Amino acid sequence: MHQKANRDVWSVMKVVTLIFVGLSILYPLSTVVIRSVTTSDGNATLQNFIKFFSKEYYLDVLNNTMFVAGVTTLLSVVLGVAMAYALTRYDFRLKRVLNVCIILSLMSPPFIGAYSWILLFGRSGFVTTKALEWFGWVFPTIYGKWGIVSVFVCKMFPYVYLFTSGALGSIDSSLEEAAENLGSTKGYRLFHITLPLVSPSILAGAVMVFMSAVSDFGTPMLIGENYKVLATLVYEQYMSEMGTSSNFASAVSMIVIVLCILLLLLQRWYLNRRNYCMTSLRPPQPQKLRFGKKLLMLVPILLVVVIALLPQIVVIVTSFKNCNGPYFVAGWSLESYQTIFTRMVRGIKNTYFFSVIALAVMIVVGSVTAYLSVRKRSLLTAAIDMSLMVPYVIPGAVMGLALIIAFNRSPFYLAGTAFIMILCYTVRKIPYTVRSASGFLQQMELSVEEASINLGVSPAKTFFKITLPLMLPGVVSGAILSWIETINELSSSILLYTGKTITMSVAIYNEVARNSFGTAAAMATILTISAIIMLVVFNRVSKGKVSIV
Amino acid sequence: MVGNEEKQMSHQVSICNVVKRFGDFTAVDGVSLEIKEGEFFTLLGPSGCGKTTLLRAIAGFNQINEGEIRFSDRVINQIPAHKRDIGMVFQNYAIFPHLTVRENVAYGLKAKKYPRKEIDAKVTQALEMVQIAALKDRKPSELSGGQQQRVALARAFIIEPGVLLMDEPLSNLDAKLRVQMRSVIKKLQRRLGITTIYVTHDQEEALAISDRIAVMKAGHIMQVGAPEEVYRHPQNRFVSGFIGTTNFIESAAETNGGGIALLKMEDYTVRARVKRPVSGKALVSARPEQLFFGEEGIAGRISLSTFLGDFVEYEVQTDDGQTLLLNEYTKDVSGVRPDGERCHVRFDADSIAVIDPETEEVVSAFGI
Repeated sequence: MHQKANRDVWSVMKVVTLIFVGLSILYPLSTVVIRSVTTSDGNATLQNFIKFFSKEYYLDVLNNTMFVAGVTTLLSVVLGVAMAYALTRYDFRLKRVLNVCIILSLMSPPFIGAYSWILLFGRSGFVTTKALEWFGWVFPTIYGKWGIVSVFVCKMFPYVYLFTSGALGSIDSSLEEAAENLGSTKGYRLFHITLPLVSPSILAGAVMVFMSAVSDFGTPMLIGENYKVLATLVYEQYMSEMGTSSNFASAVSMIVIVLCILLLLLQRWYLNRRNYCMTSLRPPQPQKLRFGKKLLMLVPILLVVVIALLPQIVVIVTSFKNCNGPYFVAGWSLESYQTIFTRMVRGIKNTYFFSVIALAVMIVVGSVTAYLSVRKRSLLTAAIDMSLMVPYVIPGAVMGLALIIAFNRSPFYLAGTAFIMILCYTVRKIPYTVRSASGFLQQMELSVEEASINLGVSPAKTFFKITLPLMLPGVVSGAILSWIETINELSSSILLYTGKTITMSVAIYNEVARNSFGTAAAMATILTISAIIMLVVFNRVSKGKVSIV
Repeated sequence: MVGNEEKQMSHQVSICNVVKRFGDFTAVDGVSLEIKEGEFFTLLGPSGCGKTTLLRAIAGFNQINEGEIRFSDRVINQIPAHKRDIGMVFQNYAIFPHLTVRENVAYGLKAKKYPRKEIDAKVTQALEMVQIAALKDRKPSELSGGQQQRVALARAFIIEPGVLLMDEPLSNLDAKLRVQMRSVIKKLQRRLGITTIYVTHDQEEALAISDRIAVMKAGHIMQVGAPEEVYRHPQNRFVSGFIGTTNFIESAAETNGGGIALLKMEDYTVRARVKRPVSGKALVSARPEQLFFGEEGIAGRISLSTFLGDFVEYEVQTDDGQTLLLNEYTKDVSGVRPDGERCHVRFDADSIAVIDPETEEVVSAFGI
């Protein structure tokens, strides 16, 4: 009996994760599916979809979305891979700092990030006016599709960078040496050996970028102007249908969901074709460069990092500026901070409280599902893994709405509670942890676990003693992303929050809406600084044995 | 480990009609083997013959479809891998990369909740036995292939398993190290007396290291026997060709009532004792060292002579177009024959294997 129990640990885990996924994701989403094919009276209809596909306006929105997400992904891959290669393979003293900066640029807090771009490059932005004033340059407009793409690329290329540099650092150097030995040139080796080997990680990053680009609505809202994408459409439809049953918004959401699920299937198909096993006992050593070459590489790298970090810099600088209502005026002070620490403490407290609990759940559930989907591959585990990705790709407003509908009726009455916020954060941000952990697992050889089992350690204990420590860099790096995304989460929070459960990102949004930029910048600075502190602590703990990601 | 404590009995391993399928492919097709207690037993065969699949089934990483595996009369089919009391050395070593050498080796004992002091003592002793005591605090990434191999070895035998499994443990090492590790493994196994099942595709390694060898092909056992036996008395064409080097010489055959086959190769005729009659055609399997030059025999010309120190290897082109390899020991002769020289090649009919080409089985009586 006991033997049987041991062998079934993973079957039990399968059931547990299945229940988790079913209750917190599939059930709420089914409400969205049902809404999309019903009228507001509850009768079955396809009218919502017919409306979408018969009007040129909506089809244009679909086209715009694909264009923006596609171009963003392409550029992010090029930029992210190039940066990852340069920083993992060559020895720069600034490496660690640059790494942190790149991660930081991921976290441009919602609204404020795009708002910073307007402050700098907008029609009356700082750079735009000064360029004209000092040099007579006319800056291209950042409004419209190219503006969205450039803001997205700066914000999202770090996904590709992080995933790729993790994988590049764990390729066994003998593979590249073998290629070199076979007489291939550096360039040939890069494109035929190195990049194909890390292609699963590049793809994972690219998928992240694409989906973020599809579901982000803050940026296109602010700088898209008349250039509408699906996410803004969903949001606007939802807002205008508020009080009704949001059937059309549900239908548009369904289209986004289907789009993203197709993309996920594509990635899965690719991974199944290329499932490499590597034990990196000898990770590649960074190459030393001569001063001239180093400088030549460092300049573009620094340029990218600085541009990506600009929103943060702008936010931090303006948080110390004196404000007069919506206007920044001359002089510096801590006035904005005084205001938020007296008037908005609850949001700050809630943000940390919710995100830490969500993080704990994400680490546990994320490690388990990553393991299930890589090591116990079956239709069921693939389905669980897939379902976990869904809430991430859905615009946050829709996930929030789904949770409200699902959990504000018998037997649950959870709307307005901290629980529903934490649940929403967990299901929305867990894919970072899962993806990163399973990426690490995929590069780990099965025989290491078998060796442990063989030495008399049960599969369950082996998971904790061998598998988990080895995939920990993946879990931790994913969890950092999850956490950062959680404290910045706006789109679902804004639907779920009440006065009691307000978070910093919602407060920032409210302040921006109230034209109180100083307090918004101060809070955004707190978010940025918490992330910096997290990264420093992480660096200490890992003692450099684990790269930042 | 050795001597100072009451040693756990090593297992006898019985494999009965084991079948393992992967979808439509039958990797192991009804294999039965009896492995004696303390024996060094090798599964030898070309890649894809099912040897690793069988080993993994014994380890418990594969569930078999049919048959039974027993350790000393205890059926283990249903016992999960971690309770089988087995040590295993993996082809890629599978060292835990996040643990030091010492922690790797101590891993199994810790799992069995040995007292700390005892673990320390045993680990020190085990590391000394594989001569890596000085490396005990290193991380696996700081070790060479041979050193990693020694860690894997120590980690497997320190738990005093009833059975030790080794899956091509030397295949990632260079030739010199391979020969060196081969003797390390063999001496260790003798000293510990652990029943060992060893998988390799290298016939020379199998001959060197094993007490007995099972030669496998396409999921079947072709022959089981001591190294000398499978080398000298192969039971079929596959084994005679796979183990060592051999010449297959075509001949016309005729068997008389007394169990004597008359084998004709051109002008050369020999009489070989056979256990079953063979008629029409027969294949003679003769190793290079079983062939020698004579006044008469299979006529041919030396096409290449290679001086290798203790012996000279001759390649002979026979008049009917076959190529034969012949080894002549330097100490037995005065000089090297020049290329192009006419010669006659002979052999001792009682030492060679006669193969019935229909069944591919060896019909020689081998001195019975």
